[in-house]
Amino acid sequence: MDNLDQLEQQSVYIFREAFRHFERLCMLWSIGKDSTVLLWLARKAFFGHVPFPLVHIDTSYKLPEMITYRDKLALEYKLTMIVGQNADAIKAGRTFPATQHLPDGHPDKVSRLECCGLLKKDALANTLNGVWPRQKLNLKTGRYELDPDRAPYHGVIVGARADEEGSRSKERYFSPRDKNSAWDIGEQPPEFWNQFKTDFAPGTHVRIHPLLDWTELHIWEYIKRENIPTVSLYYDQGSGTRYRSLGCGPCQAPIQSQAKNVDQIIDELKSGKLKNIAERSGRLQDGKHGLEELRREGYM
Amino acid sequence: MTVPARDQMSIVIVGHVDYGKSTVVGRLFADTGSLPEGKLEAVRKECARTGKPFEYAFLLDALSDEQDQGITIDTARSFFKTAKRDYIIIDAPGHIEFLKNMISGAARAEAAVLVIDAKEGIRENSRRHGYLLSMLGVRKIVVAVNKMDLVNRDKAHFRKIESDFRSFLKSIGSPDPEQFIPISAITGENLSNPSDQMLWYRGPTLLSALDQFEKAPAKGDRPLRFPVQAIYKFAAEGDDRRIVAGRIESGRVKVGDRVVFSPSNKSSVIKNIEAFNAPTRHTIEAGWSTGFTLTEEIYITRGELMTHETAPPLVSTRFRANMIWLGKKPFEKNKDYKLKIHTQAVSVRLIEINKLVDATSSGEQGTRPFVGRHDVADVTVETRQPIAFDDISQGEATARFVVVDGYDIAGGGIIIAAEKDNQENFREEARLRDFHWIKGGVTAAERGRRFGHPAALVMFVGKTGVGKHRLARAVEKTLFESGRAAYMLDGTNVLLGVDSDMIWAQSTQQELVRRFAEVAHLLLDAGLLVVSTTNAIGLADVASVQALIPDFPVLTVEIRGEGGISSADMHLTGQETELDSAQKVTDLLTSRQILQ
Ligand SMILES: Nc1nc2c(ncn2[C@@H]2O[C@H](COP(=O)(O)OP(=O)(O)O)[C@@H](O)[C@H]2O)c(=O)[nH]1
Repeated sequence: MDNLDQLEQQSVYIFREAFRHFERLCMLWSIGKDSTVLLWLARKAFFGHVPFPLVHIDTSYKLPEMITYRDKLALEYKLTMIVGQNADAIKAGRTFPATQHLPDGHPDKVSRLECCGLLKKDALANTLNGVWPRQKLNLKTGRYELDPDRAPYHGVIVGARADEEGSRSKERYFSPRDKNSAWDIGEQPPEFWNQFKTDFAPGTHVRIHPLLDWTELHIWEYIKRENIPTVSLYYDQGSGTRYRSLGCGPCQAPIQSQAKNVDQIIDELKSGKLKNIAERSGRLQDGKHGLEELRREGYM
Repeated sequence: MTVPARDQMSIVIVGHVDYGKSTVVGRLFADTGSLPEGKLEAVRKECARTGKPFEYAFLLDALSDEQDQGITIDTARSFFKTAKRDYIIIDAPGHIEFLKNMISGAARAEAAVLVIDAKEGIRENSRRHGYLLSMLGVRKIVVAVNKMDLVNRDKAHFRKIESDFRSFLKSIGSPDPEQFIPISAITGENLSNPSDQMLWYRGPTLLSALDQFEKAPAKGDRPLRFPVQAIYKFAAEGDDRRIVAGRIESGRVKVGDRVVFSPSNKSSVIKNIEAFNAPTRHTIEAGWSTGFTLTEEIYITRGELMTHETAPPLVSTRFRANMIWLGKKPFEKNKDYKLKIHTQAVSVRLIEINKLVDATSSGEQGTRPFVGRHDVADVTVETRQPIAFDDISQGEATARFVVVDGYDIAGGGIIIAAEKDNQENFREEARLRDFHWIKGGVTAAERGRRFGHPAALVMFVGKTGVGKHRLARAVEKTLFESGRAAYMLDGTNVLLGVDSDMIWAQSTQQELVRRFAEVAHLLLDAGLLVVSTTNAIGLADVASVQALIPDFPVLTVEIRGEGGISSADMHLTGQETELDSAQKVTDLLTSRQILQ
């Protein structure tokens, strides 16, 4: 059993514990490499099936390839695909891209971080608790329809990894969130061996992290080993750049890299060329404490 | 073609607050070149800007509230590399309030660095940490005696700490640490580079001591332990596999092996090893989260332990354990808690506190009627139903448990030994009987499909003359008329025949129970819903009946005029109409998923 096997086996165990204990369980799918590995692991855990819905928060600023890839995979794997959105903020233009032209200090100006708060954090919290409408993919027509199910989710599987950035390294496999989706880092329950926090008070929910012990290199090695389809944005298409982490178009900068396939990405990660650059450095919204605070308030 | 993934080891750094854990970790990061570029400079700059002296510890302080409080709050998982392997390093905090975080980290660590402050010497927390590492199963321990610069790098001082701590660990039965290393985290001595100021020390540096740890050998050669995590039947897209899923905690199993399940004593044979996107395999061993289909479909549930017949686990309702309590409210007698062990969850009570271990002195302390927050104790507990487990000398995952109070895990520990309960002999009889039971050509699943329900025993209990017989008859009739295969077993009929050789005396009660249960067991094996009524066997005997019938559900209905709390599954006053009683029993069977 090698290291990847061990990581895989632990993730599968966590998936099955989550499925057992949370009747209202869903999995967040950001379409990036981590959540795609997560999806694959779910199929490993459930012998080819994905017995819970996937939730995607659509900021409307995702790169179009991501959305195409999302729906293609959902139809192919027959996934229950739920999409949530902060439609009001988008319609009212209360976003960073829509107010980018305004001078700093203008009352209507929305900073990058505030934009994340509105389009991701708020949309996520309100989609999970069912306060805002959810759209569900009709696998027959390939179109999204209003989901009549508005019940809150109590278990939310998330693809966070401990090595990504400081605050994520503080997570547990099963990490409780209070009524306001907030994360009380100081008061987390203990996690003995493989006994997780699976009892929860009404109104609260639990975030589940099957990928906590994985690193970026593990993710790519696993993608290679299992031959998992990934979106083309991760690879250099001839411009000498590629995305290392996927977010919204306006806040996302590609990195200088000529890695054209999975092997080359693995080589690049191993060679140490990227070793000294934080993975999310292309994400322009990650300020000093900003992300940490957003996470505590419920951002994934 | 694929390059083998690098070896990885998770380690935990424990020690009292301010002993220098974060400094050790920060230093190891910097020395092994594991920091992102610019991080060290950024922290140095930030310190210069705020006028704070630079500390290696700051490297780890990614969280703002942690910096505000000036202490490391949680188990931060970070990674650093040596030529030999990658380390996942869990920076465990030392404040007693944060013991639960230390536990979360240490419970999944393969090795530990225990940091002692050379100047402070061995304190309460060092002893508690030593005790906990041992309880949590961390076998590979290095003790780093830090801040040697503050004690003139004195050899005698170091040796004294070493011998004191070794004898403490020995006194609590903890494994002897591999190595004691004198270090100075702040100057970087004996971390990754040997100290040139402590030439009297010839042992390895901290880093090479870690690299010398060998990974624990695979548990494939131990007896098979496979706790059932779930039974899956997804039915989507024509998939009709019924898969018994779980993780093999030890041992190995192959296609064609006969396996038994405890505590139900059911058995079957491995048909297939199931997996998604993986090559077919005929044998699988410890470490794999897998799934099996069985040649004979049997009713089993989560929490059962699948093993080979030759090495079954312990089964009891009582065991003795070492545990730590972390709950805000104490662990008390006469209160129900939830016990979680491998994949099993049952109701549990504290029966006895055998001793409270006090970490402030190396000895043990007197008793108290409860186990308080941060207490380490040797206890006896009793579960409501029998569970399958091992003691810690025989198993790990099957000997480790947690206790849940309300919504939170409030304590955890390891089982030292099974304790006798009153049903032990019956359980042994049932195990022998069931493991050697000759099965007919019709399986329980086939009978279940024919009758529309699995077999179950509903026992009416209560004093003579409360109307048990009348209601049991009504229930039998109602079930039968709605198409179920029901049979009323009146205890009198067993007395008249099977028991006719017996002379009524107090000492024969056990034998009466045994015979009654064995008769019921035959009827249950025939697939029936058995509704029993007897004066001879009461609520006090139900545990014994259940011990003899571990493979079928046993439900109790107590008929009792007066109020109060009944320990039966259902309580009737005897005033209900027959129709009403029958409906209530049907509802009970439905709620237990015996009837649809
Ligand atoms: N003199 C001396 N001070 C040290 C040494 N290691 C750590 N310290 C100091 O001890 C204090 C606590 O260290 P820290 O790493 O934060 O301890 P933690 O609470 O165990 O993580 C800091 O002020 C460090 O500078 C050492 O080897 N020698």
